[in-house]
Amino acid sequence: MTPAIGFDVAHLLAGSMLVLSFVLLYQARITAVLNVFALQAIALSLSVAWQSLIQDAPHLLVTAGIALLVKGIFIPTALHRIVRRLGIHREIEQVISAGPTMLTGLGLVALSILLVMPVGENVSVLVRGDLAFALAIILLGLLMMITRRNAVTQIVGFMSLENGLVLAVTGAKGMPLVVEFSTAFSILIAFIVFGIFVFRIRERFDSVDVSALDQFRGERGDRA
Amino acid sequence: MINPLYAILAIPAFAVVVLAVIPGYRIGAVLNMLASGLTFMAGVSLLLVERYRTDILIIDDFNIYLVILTTFVAFTTSIFSASYISHELEVGRLTPTFLRFYHALYQAMIGAMNVALVANNVGLLWVGVEVATLSTVMMVGIYRTPEAVEAAWKYFILGSVGIALAFFGTILVYLVAQEVSGEGLPAMAWDLMVQNSSKFDPKLLSLAFVFLLVGYGTKVGLVPFHAWLPDAHAEGPTPISAVLSGLLLNVALYALLRFKMIMAANPNTINVGLVLVVFGLGSLVFAGFMLYRRRDIKRLFAYSSIEHMGIITFAFGMGGPLANFAGLLHMTMHSLTKSAIFFAVGHIAQVKGTQRLADIKGLSASHPVLAVGLALGVIAIAGLPPFGVFTSEFMLVSSSFARQPWLAVVLVFGLMVALGALILRLQGVLFGEPSGPSGEVKATYVPLFLHLALVLMAGLWLPEPVVRWFRAVAAQLG
Repeated sequence: MTPAIGFDVAHLLAGSMLVLSFVLLYQARITAVLNVFALQAIALSLSVAWQSLIQDAPHLLVTAGIALLVKGIFIPTALHRIVRRLGIHREIEQVISAGPTMLTGLGLVALSILLVMPVGENVSVLVRGDLAFALAIILLGLLMMITRRNAVTQIVGFMSLENGLVLAVTGAKGMPLVVEFSTAFSILIAFIVFGIFVFRIRERFDSVDVSALDQFRGERGDRA
Repeated sequence: MINPLYAILAIPAFAVVVLAVIPGYRIGAVLNMLASGLTFMAGVSLLLVERYRTDILIIDDFNIYLVILTTFVAFTTSIFSASYISHELEVGRLTPTFLRFYHALYQAMIGAMNVALVANNVGLLWVGVEVATLSTVMMVGIYRTPEAVEAAWKYFILGSVGIALAFFGTILVYLVAQEVSGEGLPAMAWDLMVQNSSKFDPKLLSLAFVFLLVGYGTKVGLVPFHAWLPDAHAEGPTPISAVLSGLLLNVALYALLRFKMIMAANPNTINVGLVLVVFGLGSLVFAGFMLYRRRDIKRLFAYSSIEHMGIITFAFGMGGPLANFAGLLHMTMHSLTKSAIFFAVGHIAQVKGTQRLADIKGLSASHPVLAVGLALGVIAIAGLPPFGVFTSEFMLVSSSFARQPWLAVVLVFGLMVALGALILRLQGVLFGEPSGPSGEVKATYVPLFLHLALVLMAGLWLPEPVVRWFRAVAAQLG
């Protein structure tokens, strides 16, 4: 196999993950968001499997398997059920106007390319490209967490951010403990999903702005 | 003889399993104390064995002191926790089943913090911080009131994002290191990174540090990443507030300092010191002003923790032997004092049945011992002599005046603002007509006054070995 093909396919898969990140940004229906996320997880597992092939690192197949089973199948299924239980599966979320969000997203992609590509002349172009894709996916995940109001879609944002991390970690050639890290992340995510279910959180608490939160804490109405 | 290094990791791990299966909460509380005590003894006995390193674990001057501090505060907090939770059971805020979780999670948190402290592998360091965060998240939400769930959720989301960014930074650091050290475990060993740092690619290393700063900085509670901190402190059980403020913030800052040391060994990277100075002063001044608007006693001291983490970050940002010495001393003093304050606040909130500052008045008349404990703690944390916090702040101020007078002016301004707020609030709590219930307290005063005595001692006289030790670490920090 020529190195060129390895390079092209790796970029194709990482690029398709990035495109799916953009799709996640403007999806309004919760069920659609979950389906797109499952697709992204499958793209991730393909990408990791491809990395395992070109890096000749069979242990990465475990990571690919975990990505496929946990994030491609198990978590979306569980979230579909939770969404139905919470009675929000028909809900249409008002995404803060799709146009500006997409433009911001484009800006973030440009930012990550400008940040990662020029640095590290000794790191191979393949790794740098992977890192740029990964960083873009991470930033888009953050953007999604900011623009969403619903706890479930916010979690999906976090998980897509985490997909970017797994992409980055498998792209870093020869990094030890990769399988352990991806497993640890899966556990973290399982906890979050479990948390939504147990506490039946529907809405994200409106703001991380400290002054706005005064109202939540019984501190309202007694201002000096 | 077994290396005590393994004991400080194995005892909490074993205790997690035991405490999770033991049903009785009284036995659970005793076992929790026992395990914490044993871990503390193992931590102290690290002094007796030689320094140690593998690619995975490391014991050097820097972390040995934090291990001892961490295990000590964890031990005293477990004593406080035993008396605290028996009251929570009586009033029905917690059930025995939840206490099983609580004790197991407490040990999980201590074990994870120890892992983070003794890790040489930067990935393992990250895992330690992550597990410690997760276990505290669950403890913050343990009361299951809407406010507690909200606080836990917010802590969870912000903490997870921070953790994710720190992980990206860790990957970048590995990529930098593997060009020099080759692939595999040695490329993730911190001490080898410091050695080889001058050969690292400075641009990629600087980029990595930005992610690590935002990631671990969220956990330190640096402004503007601090939003989770006051909620987590206010809504969880008070023993958790004590260890969050006293220990977990330190551990996150420790992680950041480890990476700062890698950066410092490479002259071509961005100026990390300047970045830390800006974040430190920003946190200090912001938190100083926020102290005035607090209505909740635990929130008040949570903001005070942000303020003090700002001071410590500023000290390490300034660098140099004197400022680093002050930073290390302040880290220790803040841990001891702030946890002591939370011990007092925990009992006060229990006896008054509220955390609202407006409803807590005249404590000196109704509960003189608690009032004295709180007053001493607040005087100490506000940086008044003769306590140890004064010593470290004085050293920091005088060394900054000599080097960067303008920065020192900002520093002193922030300290004064915070001092005013704390004294103002303390007056309201201590004096005036006693309000609310004034029943007896079933409190253990030992941890509270033990901590205060240590802080007082450090203010009057620092033992020679401790001074030598801090000096050595300060030199290592560069």
